[in-house]
Amino acid sequence: MSATPNTRDTTWRDTTLTETRWLRYTLTAVALAFLALFLILPLVVVFTEALRVGLAPYFSAITEPDAVAALKLSLLVVAMAVPLNLVFGLFAAWAIAKFRFPGRSFLTSLIDLPFSVSPVIAGLVYVLLFGAHGWFGTWFADRDIQVIFALPGLVLATIFVTFPFVARELIPLMEQQGTDEELAARTLGASGMQMFWRVTLPNIKWALLYGSLLCSARALGEFGAVSVVSGHIRGETNTMPLQVEILYSEYSIQAAFAVASLLALSALLTLALKALLEWRFARELAHH
Amino acid sequence: MALLSIGLQRRTLPGFGLALGVTLTYLSIIVLVPLTALVTRSFDEGFMDWWHTVTTPRVLASFRLSFGVSFAAAAVDMVFGTLAAWVLVRYRFPGRRIVDALVDLPFALPTAVAGITLTAIYAGNGWLGQYLEPMGLTVAYTRVGIFVALMFVGLPFIVRTVQPVLQDLDAEFEEAAASLGASRWQTFRRVLLPTLLPALLTGFTLAFARAVGEYGSVIFIAGNKPMISEIAPQLIIIKLEEYDYVGAAGIGTAMLLVSFLVLLVLNGLQRWARVGHR
Repeated sequence: MSATPNTRDTTWRDTTLTETRWLRYTLTAVALAFLALFLILPLVVVFTEALRVGLAPYFSAITEPDAVAALKLSLLVVAMAVPLNLVFGLFAAWAIAKFRFPGRSFLTSLIDLPFSVSPVIAGLVYVLLFGAHGWFGTWFADRDIQVIFALPGLVLATIFVTFPFVARELIPLMEQQGTDEELAARTLGASGMQMFWRVTLPNIKWALLYGSLLCSARALGEFGAVSVVSGHIRGETNTMPLQVEILYSEYSIQAAFAVASLLALSALLTLALKALLEWRFARELAHH
Repeated sequence: MALLSIGLQRRTLPGFGLALGVTLTYLSIIVLVPLTALVTRSFDEGFMDWWHTVTTPRVLASFRLSFGVSFAAAAVDMVFGTLAAWVLVRYRFPGRRIVDALVDLPFALPTAVAGITLTAIYAGNGWLGQYLEPMGLTVAYTRVGIFVALMFVGLPFIVRTVQPVLQDLDAEFEEAAASLGASRWQTFRRVLLPTLLPALLTGFTLAFARAVGEYGSVIFIAGNKPMISEIAPQLIIIKLEEYDYVGAAGIGTAMLLVSFLVLLVLNGLQRWARVGHR
């Protein structure tokens, strides 16, 4: 038994250290059956339902003006929410990972807070602030700025639900990397910006990409929060998930699944990219 | 020493003030001020009014449903999630990497898509529903449907917290147990399970927290019958549609309160499980 720790090669194990072949096969079969039922069947259903009546109706459903408007709006919301959370994540991780200060762990829990708040509440809070009877409602109304039932509300709600993603990926990694390299750069006379661009950023670029990927996936698919602030104006404030809901509630089941299939495709793409990043850059991500 | 290093770092590494300032400002604008508005708004008409709102039978029923079914779904996920993590880490089979990547599907798939898809599967005329319903098991438009949807969204949390612990587990504990004559099942129960317990509780907490607030994947399959299959987030939406902002905020505040109490207990349990096995 001189096997090195963490060797997961089964050849050195004798039967007392693993299960009998029969049990191994049974456990694998049960687990795979469960995962097939819960993960693979839904994927099959989305695409089958979308293509049930053929390719022509499928393409007409996804090129229909309201669907295209929803796609554009969704991408616009993602393009606004993700960069803002990315910049915030960088600043938050810099302060939390590279410095020690009182209240540091409390601040970290506050950043995680949006994950334990229902998306519906995430939408509701902005209605309470910017809606007609909200705290700042009249101030914005007087200036003809519409927040709720308009783009700013959708972006705010999306930012709320995706708030922690980038910071959470960066904080553990930057903590682990410590401050030595940055201090060396400073000693050698680098300015703050030079240090950031030449030392810090190259060290965290894959984790930054990873966090942004998760953030974008959630932003694109968010439903509850945007549903509260959207007002469901067709072709104007409907994001793709909201368009799916509207089509479904109008019994345009096939069209709903056609739009849903685009979202499912983007989910599969996300999973592929995520697996690729985890496999290729395992050591440059915090916890893989 | 600690003080010295603070001073040293502050002198040499730049940007602390700026980074903390930006962080606190952004956090306040996006999270803290809005949540404060939620809580103050719910008490606009006084504490008693709030209390009456959140203790009406319909609200209480939705809370029992949301928290109860979330608890059950996270608990069942714990069993199947651990099994999935075990098989993915310990056994080799073709397609393992693909299955491993697919575990995150419930996270990546938009909840509305999950909602209509699960309904298509479990409705009376659906892919599986047509076989289940003659057997007397109605899933869609009942609490069972809510349970299935919440199990779906919670699953990755369990697998992804148990998996790394299982991966890093040193074989020598199992070897020691085996050499002392323990059967495989005894080793699992007495050695592996206690080691996995903190991760299991963390996964359970995450899955539960996610399930309690879940909206998109549930409303399509729930049926949303008042007192029976109406989840708490759905009730907030209904209050909003009635322009009852104080009521909506009140239910939201109560949800946050109960969530935090439950999470506090679960965090305490996690700490206990961690300390107990060191």
